[in-house]
Amino acid sequence: MIYDISITALIFFCIFVGLVLGLSFYFGRKKSDSSSYYAAGGQIHWAVNGIAFAGDYLSAASFLGICGMIAVAGFDGFLYAIGFLAGWIVALFLIAEPFKRLGKYTFTDALNSKFNSRAITLAASVSTLIISIFYLIPQMVGAGDLVMPLLGLPHWVGVILVGAIVITIVASAGMASTTYVQFLKGGLLIVLSLILTAYILKNGLTLSPGNKENPYHTFTELKPQVNGNKVTVVPNWELVSQQNVGGKNFVKLSQNGIERWFVLTTANGEPVLKETLTIVQKANGEKLYNGETKDKRKFYQVGHLSKIIVNGKEVDKTGALGPFQYLSTIKESQVVRFLQTKLTDGTDQVAVYYPEVIAGEKFMLPGLKYKIGTGASLWSKLDFVSLMLALFLGTAALPHILIRYYTVKTPRDARKSTILAIAAIGGFYVLTLFIGLGAGVNGVMDVESSNMAAPLLAKAFGAVLFSIISAVAFATVLGTVAGLIVASSGAIAHDFIDIYLKKNLTDDNKVKVGKIAAVVVGIFAILLGMAFKGINVSFLVGWAFAIAASANLPAILFLLFWKKTSSTGISASIVVGIVASLAIILTSPTMWDKYGLGAENALHQMENPALISFPLAVLTVYVFSMLYPKKEVRIVEAA
Amino acid sequence: MHVNSTTEEKEIVTQQKSKLGVRLFFIYLICYAGFVALGVFNYELLSTTVFSGLNLAIVYGIGLIVFAVIMGIIYNYYCTKYEDDADKQEELTKGDQR
Repeated sequence: MIYDISITALIFFCIFVGLVLGLSFYFGRKKSDSSSYYAAGGQIHWAVNGIAFAGDYLSAASFLGICGMIAVAGFDGFLYAIGFLAGWIVALFLIAEPFKRLGKYTFTDALNSKFNSRAITLAASVSTLIISIFYLIPQMVGAGDLVMPLLGLPHWVGVILVGAIVITIVASAGMASTTYVQFLKGGLLIVLSLILTAYILKNGLTLSPGNKENPYHTFTELKPQVNGNKVTVVPNWELVSQQNVGGKNFVKLSQNGIERWFVLTTANGEPVLKETLTIVQKANGEKLYNGETKDKRKFYQVGHLSKIIVNGKEVDKTGALGPFQYLSTIKESQVVRFLQTKLTDGTDQVAVYYPEVIAGEKFMLPGLKYKIGTGASLWSKLDFVSLMLALFLGTAALPHILIRYYTVKTPRDARKSTILAIAAIGGFYVLTLFIGLGAGVNGVMDVESSNMAAPLLAKAFGAVLFSIISAVAFATVLGTVAGLIVASSGAIAHDFIDIYLKKNLTDDNKVKVGKIAAVVVGIFAILLGMAFKGINVSFLVGWAFAIAASANLPAILFLLFWKKTSSTGISASIVVGIVASLAIILTSPTMWDKYGLGAENALHQMENPALISFPLAVLTVYVFSMLYPKKEVRIVEAA
Repeated sequence: MHVNSTTEEKEIVTQQKSKLGVRLFFIYLICYAGFVALGVFNYELLSTTVFSGLNLAIVYGIGLIVFAVIMGIIYNYYCTKYEDDADKQEELTKGDQR
């Protein structure tokens, strides 16, 4: 996408970031012992903690990722919303209170409260670190996506910006300040989503989205003469070349010295060439957007309806719609989405984004990303089950979610916070369905990254709404990243250095080491954020969930519900969970594509590892607990 | 075992809550697994229009979200009741001893 700097957005953005930083310094000034750094001293009110829970959880993945995936893949994006919320059931019913009764500051402490085993400390701190990093990647990617339209800056600048701000916050304050940041942001996010949904329903559906200042681009359709599958003549255009990629015929045409790509399809039995969007990377480093340089601004936002049907009649626009009507009308209509493919044209690398018409009925069903219908392969069905399993089991095992159980006084408060969080998050996820669909059909999508669906939709409704939503989304990323970095610095400083290496740090030194660890993890996250640019952030978060579900959950569940669980069983299961899920992720099609080896050449076709790695970890904890039973039960005094 | 449970009654409350939690969890698990199983084994059924022009996929999906919230409220209601009952019981016994 080609973005302008928005001055309004910039002002709001600066105010917001200033507010967040100010707040964290204010709270950070008051307390500085290690208990308040890691767990806000256990003094947070349950309602504040509940909304902060929601704020923690509604990360970039929820707000940016789910909306984006719904806009591009319809119902499949909503699968993430369903799974992300269902995960709270596991957290609330099985984990929340027993865990609160066990623990101190970190996941590791809780797991180890009955054993005092160094192996568990090591395994658990490593798993906390790995999960946090996998959760950090999508946040950083989202941050980079956000600053592009907001400030007109490149992706990597956004990643560094977020990294730097968060490192400052965390290194200066700790958990108390992040709780208030999350509270503020969680509340704002829900209110803003309500406003956005109201706008969407008020506007209804139209064939010609866009407004006077930003008219929607009309995509050209040409009538070529064809011979078999080859284009022979196109009136008024000079035929340059054509090539078949993945069963689609892409045709390069030239007019007035400008080269453009079209895709060959048929409409009503006649061949039609449809305009595509292209980014051509020349061998000399020059980049052309739709055949012209960036300053010509010939690259457009996409996503629209090609046919709207209300009560069996075709209409141009519907006017205001009720929530159910909105969903059912899209189901009856036809959606045009843009898919990406890459091709090589001589020495040029061409990224082509071509339109595909989809019946609304299909758009409102699972299957566009995770193929599960008739004729779907066994792999893709397993992948779907694996994703749903990871989302269900992952939530309760995320270290930065678990850490919030300790920020309230009693188990009763932890429970009330969790229920408030479920209600807030559930309400929000229902709204994402409307925001995502709204973005998909209102001509606002950026073909290069689906992550900006929600903010760009807000932009179509007005600059102010856009700026506020972007600012909140940015704060979302800031808050989540801060929470994650606290969790991982806790794993390094408290679990690894203090307990595993038995350094017996003083309270001051513990905080100091934690802050140094925070800076290191922050820098690492910045680098990964740059590497994973362009991938949907929900998809990336799915991986973090899968690792958490495999590495942590079997250990937690067995510890809480099976008396014979031994320390060897727990540490072995964590190790097996991490290794198995990481191995599957690192050899998955998406990673193969990242390595430049081509997704189709990957060792297997599983994108989501949980279906294999979770049962493996469960088996491990059982077998190792039987083989190496525990010798004595130690009761650890409450701190 | 549990660091916070100082009295016999509280241990019972813990068990009651834990039992309730496990039961509710399995109820939800069945509903959730039902959705996944439909997707894998009877995908076509998800496209059936069930309510106000909405297909089963949407209704089931939103239903799972709403159901989670309702179950959370039920769970909190009973847990609070168990805890309050136990507290009352404790006060009564204390009164008797005096």
